[in-house]
Order: sequence, then structure tokens, then C-alpha cells
Amino acid sequence: MNDIIVKNITRIIIPFAQVYGIFIILNGHVSPGGGFAGGAIIGTTLILYTLVFGREKGKKKFSHKASEIAESGGIIWFVTIGLVGLVVADRFLTNINAGFPEGIIGEILSGGMIPLLMIGIGVKVASTMISLFNLLIDEGV
Amino acid sequence: MVILNIVIVVFLIVCALAIGRIKDLLGAVILFSAYSLMMSVLWLVLKTPDVAITEAAIGAGVTSILFFAVISKTKRYEK
Repeated sequence: MNDIIVKNITRIIIPFAQVYGIFIILNGHVSPGGGFAGGAIIGTTLILYTLVFGREKGKKKFSHKASEIAESGGIIWFVTIGLVGLVVADRFLTNINAGFPEGIIGEILSGGMIPLLMIGIGVKVASTMISLFNLLIDEGV
Repeated sequence: MVILNIVIVVFLIVCALAIGRIKDLLGAVILFSAYSLMMSVLWLVLKTPDVAITEAAIGAGVTSILFFAVISKTKRYEK
């Protein structure tokens, strides 16, 4: 797409949308939102970049290899934190009893391991969105 | 607040019937996007902002983009 208005508006909008997605991911345990919603917003901005600036530039920003690493890394991070609960306490995904700090209720540094889990989910969902779109576009019919 | 609920629900029903009847698939996807946006407003009125955020991001954003990609690979008009 070679439209200067669309390109400039995209350039302006994308950072704000990504910061909003990161905000939703990090505040998932104290306000509405969470890893899935925030990750979907970040994935949508990546899809918007690929739509406006073309597949080649999108590939340069976020390649298929990086998408694979982010997807696998997100779920490995989730399972690793879950296994900490299994090893230290007695169950998978044990939160406070496994020694994660409790923090002050209502502040951003609270909830034990839930913010860490949310970061993993957000990374995985964002890379899943962009790789779904890329696979659909790349496949010749 | 009841009137707002009724207006939104009527809009949703009209959108859903139009999606079923329309022959232009691109128009159907746009109608589906409008349906999703109104649905997220309805979730917000029903005091579930969590579901509203997810509906606005997934239903109105990602789903319609994926449908657009599929339409660009196939035909636009239903036979």
C-alpha cells in the first residue's frame, strides 16, 4: 500500500497501541484485562504494520524465526514458573505458598507470580496472532 | 439504561440477520465487525469490562483481518 496518509497515521498510532497493550498485560491482576487481551492488542499492531508497509518490511521487523522463538519461549516460561510451585510446594502453579512475594493488595507489585505468568501469555498470544496472519498470507492458493 | 440495552440488542439482531442474507462477503465481514463492536459495548453495559476488552481486540480486530485475508485469497461474491 502506497498511501502517505495511511503510512503516517500508522507510524503515529502503533507506539501508543503497543504501550496500551503492555499496560493491559502488566495490570492484568489489578484491573480488567490480562495476558490474552493485551497480547491480542500487540499482535493487532504487528498485523497493522505488515498490512501497511508490506510483507518484506514486516518480515524484517518480526521474522518467522523470532515468532517461533517467542511462541515457544512464552509457554516454556509459563511451565517453568508452574514447575517452581510444583517443586517448592506440593502443587503445579502454587502461588504464595511457594515463596513468591505477596506485595500490597491493589498495587502493581502484588499477586505473587501472576504478573510473570501474564507476561508469558502476552508474548505467546502476540506472536501467535502475527504468525497466523503471516501463514495465511504467505501460502499461495 | 434499559433503553440502551434494548437499542443495542435490536442492533445486534439486525446485524446478525443482515450477515445471513447479504451476498457480498466483504460486506458480511464489515457487518460482523460492527456486530462485534456493539457486542463489546453490551458487555461493558453488563459490567464485564474484561470480556469487553477481549471482544473488541479479538472480535472486531483480529477476526475481521483474518477474514479479509481469506477473502483476498478466494472470491468476494457468493454464488
